[in-house]
Amino acid sequence: MFLRLVYESFRRQKRRKALAGVAITLGVAVATAMVAIATDVGDKMSRELRSYGANLLVTPQDDTLDLQIGGVDLKPPSDGTYLNEADLPRIRGTFWHHNIAGFSPMLPVNIDVQGRHLTLLGTYFSKKLTFGKEDFVTGVRITHPWWKVQGTWPDDASQDVVIGESLAAKFDLKPGEEIHIGSQAHRISGILSSGGAEDSQIVAPLSIAQQILGKPGAVRRLYVSALTKPEDALARRDPKTMNAELFDRWYCSPYVQSIAYQLQEAIPHSHAEQIRQVAQNEGTVLSRIKGLMLLVTLAALLASALAVSAAMATAIFERRAEVGLMKALGAGNASVAALFFVEGTLLALIGGFVGFAGGAVLAREIGHSIFGSQITIDPVLLPVILALAVMVTFTGSALAIRRAVKFDPVYALRGEG
Amino acid sequence: MSSRALVDTRRAEAQHTSMFVRMLVRAAVMRRGRAASALLAMVVAAAAATAMLNLYVDVQAKLRKEFRNYGANVLVVAHDGAVLPEGTLEKVEAVLGGRGLAVPFGYVVARTSDGQSVVVSGTDFERVRRLDSWWSVSGWPKTSRDALVGTRAAAVVSSQGKPFDLTFHGRTIHLTPAGTLSTGAAEDSRIYISLEGFENWTGERPATVEIAASGTPDEVNATIATLREALPRAEVHPVRQIMEGEARVLGKTRSTLVASASLIILTAALCVLSTLMGWVLDRRRDFAIMKALGASEGLISSFFAAEAGALGAVGAVVGFVIGVGVAAWIGRANFHAPVVPRLNVLPWVLGGSVAVALISAALPMSLLRRVQPAVILRGE
Repeated sequence: MFLRLVYESFRRQKRRKALAGVAITLGVAVATAMVAIATDVGDKMSRELRSYGANLLVTPQDDTLDLQIGGVDLKPPSDGTYLNEADLPRIRGTFWHHNIAGFSPMLPVNIDVQGRHLTLLGTYFSKKLTFGKEDFVTGVRITHPWWKVQGTWPDDASQDVVIGESLAAKFDLKPGEEIHIGSQAHRISGILSSGGAEDSQIVAPLSIAQQILGKPGAVRRLYVSALTKPEDALARRDPKTMNAELFDRWYCSPYVQSIAYQLQEAIPHSHAEQIRQVAQNEGTVLSRIKGLMLLVTLAALLASALAVSAAMATAIFERRAEVGLMKALGAGNASVAALFFVEGTLLALIGGFVGFAGGAVLAREIGHSIFGSQITIDPVLLPVILALAVMVTFTGSALAIRRAVKFDPVYALRGEG
Repeated sequence: MSSRALVDTRRAEAQHTSMFVRMLVRAAVMRRGRAASALLAMVVAAAAATAMLNLYVDVQAKLRKEFRNYGANVLVVAHDGAVLPEGTLEKVEAVLGGRGLAVPFGYVVARTSDGQSVVVSGTDFERVRRLDSWWSVSGWPKTSRDALVGTRAAAVVSSQGKPFDLTFHGRTIHLTPAGTLSTGAAEDSRIYISLEGFENWTGERPATVEIAASGTPDEVNATIATLREALPRAEVHPVRQIMEGEARVLGKTRSTLVASASLIILTAALCVLSTLMGWVLDRRRDFAIMKALGASEGLISSFFAAEAGALGAVGAVVGFVIGVGVAAWIGRANFHAPVVPRLNVLPWVLGGSVAVALISAALPMSLLRRVQPAVILRGE
C-alpha cells in the first residue's frame, strides 16, 4: 500500500516532481562541478604558474662567483667548473620526475662579431632526449615560455641560431641571413624577444657553444621547471636534522627543497637551489587561488543546499489537501511523514545520480575550455554527494512536513491554507 | 473637469490602490510559509549573485597585489653600460605618482684583498625590502659601512662574518657584513651596500631602476609609454617573464571564477524559477475566484506581476546585504583584507531578481489563462 502510494504520487504528479527533481539535479550538478574544480584547481594553476619559468637552478658545486651585470657575463670563460651534459637525462630518473616540466642547460661563451664583444648562449630549444626506455623533449620552449621568436626556432642538431632583438636592430639582421662567428657561418633562423638579457645576445644550440669553448659536454647552469607543493613548516626544515621517518615524508613530498635535494643526488658534483623569486611567490599565489576556490565552493554548496530546500518546501506545501485527505482517512502523522521522506529520498537519489553525471561533464568541459586539460572527478565522491543530496532534501523538507502534518485536515480539505 | 469630478476620480483611484495593496499584503501574510520559501530561494539567488559579482571585481585587484610580490615588472636601464643621468629616480617617481615602487641599483666589479673579482651593488635597502620580498636575509645593513653579502659571495670575502676590504679603481672600502642574502639567483654572488656608500666609494651613479608598477596590464603599458617619453636617454622595457606570467595566471583564475559564478547564479535562478512557478500554480484558486468575480485579465496579471516583482525586489535587497557579507568574509579569510562592497552591483542584482521573478510568474499565468475558472474552482 505504502509503495503504491509512493508510486502513484510519482506517476500522477509528473510536473511537480519534475520541478523538485530539476532543482535537486541542478544543485547536485553545480555542487559536483564546483567540488571537482576546487580539488583540481591547485594542480591546474600550478601548471599555469610554470609560465613564470624555472624555479630551480643547478650549478657546479665548486663554481666561482658569477660576474653578471645586467645579463652581461664578465666571467672569463676558462674560469670555474662545469656540469656534464651527459648527466642531464638522469633527472628523469629522480623520484619526482613526473613533476619536472622541463629543464634547460645554459652555457654562455664570449665571442667577437665584427669587432664587438658579445655573449653567445648555448642551450636546448626543444631537444629530444632518452632516459632508459623513455623519450622526452625539453628545452627553453618549455622552461622559458615568454621567449618569442619571430621566424622559426632553430633545430637543436643544426648550426642555426637566433639573435636577440636589440642586437638584430643594431646589426640590421633579418631572419634567413647569415652571421659569421669565428670562421663559421651560421644561419639566423629567427629574432628572439625575451624582455631580458638575451635580447642582446645570440642564442644557439648547446653544441655550438661547446665547440666555441672547446669543451664538449660542458654546461654552466641548468634551469629546472618543476611542479611543486606550497612550502610548509616541514619543507623548511633541514633534512640533516630529521629522523628517518620524517625524512621519508619530506623526500616523498614535491617541495621545491626536496626536489632540489634529489637533483643534487642525480647530477654529480652539483648544487641545486630554489630560485626564490619564482618558487616562494608561487606558493603564496597558489594558496590564495586555492583558498579562494575553496571558499567559493563552500558558498556554492550552501547556496545550492538552500535553493534545493526552498524547492522541496514549496513542493510539500502544495500537497496539503492530500495530507488532509490521508489524515481524514486515518493515517497517522508518522506514516504521512514517512511517505514524504521516502519520496524525498527517491527524488534526491535520482536527482543526485543525474546531477553527479551532469556535474562531471560540466567540470570536464570547464577544464577543457579554461585549462585545455581534463578535470576528472573521483568516483569516491559519488556516495558523498548522494548522501549530501539526501541530507539536504531531508532538512529542506523537515520543516515543511512538520507544518503540513500539524495542519488541521478540515481546513486543508476545504482548501483554505 | 469640475472639482467634484476630480475628487471622485481621486477617491476611486485611492480605493482601487489600497485594495490592490491590501490584496498583496494579505497574500503574503496569509501564506507566510509559502511566501517565505519563495523569498528564501530569491534571497539565496540574489546573495550568490552579489557575492560572486563583488568577488569577481575585487579579487582581480587583490590578486594583482599578490603578483606584485614577484618584483619588478618594468626595468629602466642606461644605454650600453653607461649610468643613468641624474634625477632619473625622481622622474620615475613623478610618473608613478605613488602607484608603484622604484628601486635604483648601481653595479661595479670590485676586487677583494686576495684579488678575486666580485660584483658590488649599491641600492636603497628600505625599498628593496618591499620590492623583493622573496630575498632571504639574515640581517639588513643599517649604516653605509654595512654590507649585505650573497651566500656564495660570503664564502669568498668573509667566511666567518669578519669585516673585509674591497678595492675599485684604486680606492678601498672597509665593510662589515650585516647579514647574508639568499635568493638562488645571480644576487647570491653579489655584495650589496647602501647607495650613499656606493656613490661615495666608486663615484658611479645607479645604472638600473627596477620598478614594480601596479595596475592592470593596460595601465602598466601606459606607465611604460610615459616613462619612455620622460626618459629619452634610457631604455625602458617591460619584464616579459613577470608580465606574461601574471596575465596568464590571472586570466585563468578569472575564467574559473566566471565559470563558477555563472554556474552558481544560473542554478540559483533556476531554483527560484521552479519555486515561484510552483507558488503561482498553487494559487490557481485565487486566480479563478478573482476571475469569477469579474476581474479583468489585465488586473489579475498586474496583481500577480506586482506580487512577483515585490518578492523579487525584497529578495534582492536582503540578498544583496547577505551577499556583500559573504564576499567580505571570503576576502578576509583568504586575502586578509575585506572585499569593498560595490553599490553599483545592486541595480544589476535588483534588475535580475525582478526579471527572474516576473518570468517565473508569467509562465504559469499564460497556462492558467487558458483554463476556465469553473474547472479550477471545481478542483480539477
